[in-house]
Amino acid sequence: MALTIASREVDGVTVLDLSGRITLGEGSVQLREAIRDLIGKGSKSILLNLGNVNYIDSSGLGELVGAYTTAKNQGAALKLLSLTKKVKDVLQLTKLYTVFDIYDDEASAIASYK
Amino acid sequence: MESVSEIEAAAEKLAGEAGLDEEECFRVTMAVREAAVNAVLHGNDYDPAKLVTASLEYDGKSLIFVIADQGKGLDPDKIPDPLAEENLLRGTGRGIFLIRSFMDEVHFKNIEPGTELTLVKHLVPAAKKK
Repeated sequence: MALTIASREVDGVTVLDLSGRITLGEGSVQLREAIRDLIGKGSKSILLNLGNVNYIDSSGLGELVGAYTTAKNQGAALKLLSLTKKVKDVLQLTKLYTVFDIYDDEASAIASYK
Repeated sequence: MESVSEIEAAAEKLAGEAGLDEEECFRVTMAVREAAVNAVLHGNDYDPAKLVTASLEYDGKSLIFVIADQGKGLDPDKIPDPLAEENLLRGTGRGIFLIRSFMDEVHFKNIEPGTELTLVKHLVPAAKKK
């Protein structure tokens, strides 16, 4: 299933609800463009909800890292919410779990930006 | 990328038929996908004139996947460690690491032109469905 991205605002935080796979050719480009678009519009608080992402490959991991560094370089904060077990396992295996701020519940994630 | 999806689907089907549980099936399928992506992207450099070949076999004890490209070759010893502090934020370089993490054996062979990657997953009784 290709990646779908829905955007919403919660207390000044832009939440991107991602659903599907983040892989080469199936979502990595959409994610990159969505982040660039948000950064371009001046968003400083971005939360990626990965609760419905059940697959990520090395290209997808690269896009997550790219999104993180792009945001950071522009003075924005990009955090992750609700990792599925498979995505969490891959992030832990690649040590990226230590790079990102990751939250299990949305309220805590939103509060962390204040 | 259609060939990658085909190889991935075939690997998932074979892993399921071999009796791997869902988690192991996911890992094996992901390793095969990463190998296929590497072959198309880094091996053949997206050149449509170059072929990627894949063979998938289950011999009752092991799953054996052989994926080959026609590219300029790969030296696995020169792949940077993606877990090193200085490489953590790199956008690429995690595919081979994931393959090695998820499979029991990974062999690289220079086939001139190209690289042949053999991935092996040994099935132990605990990994089989009862």
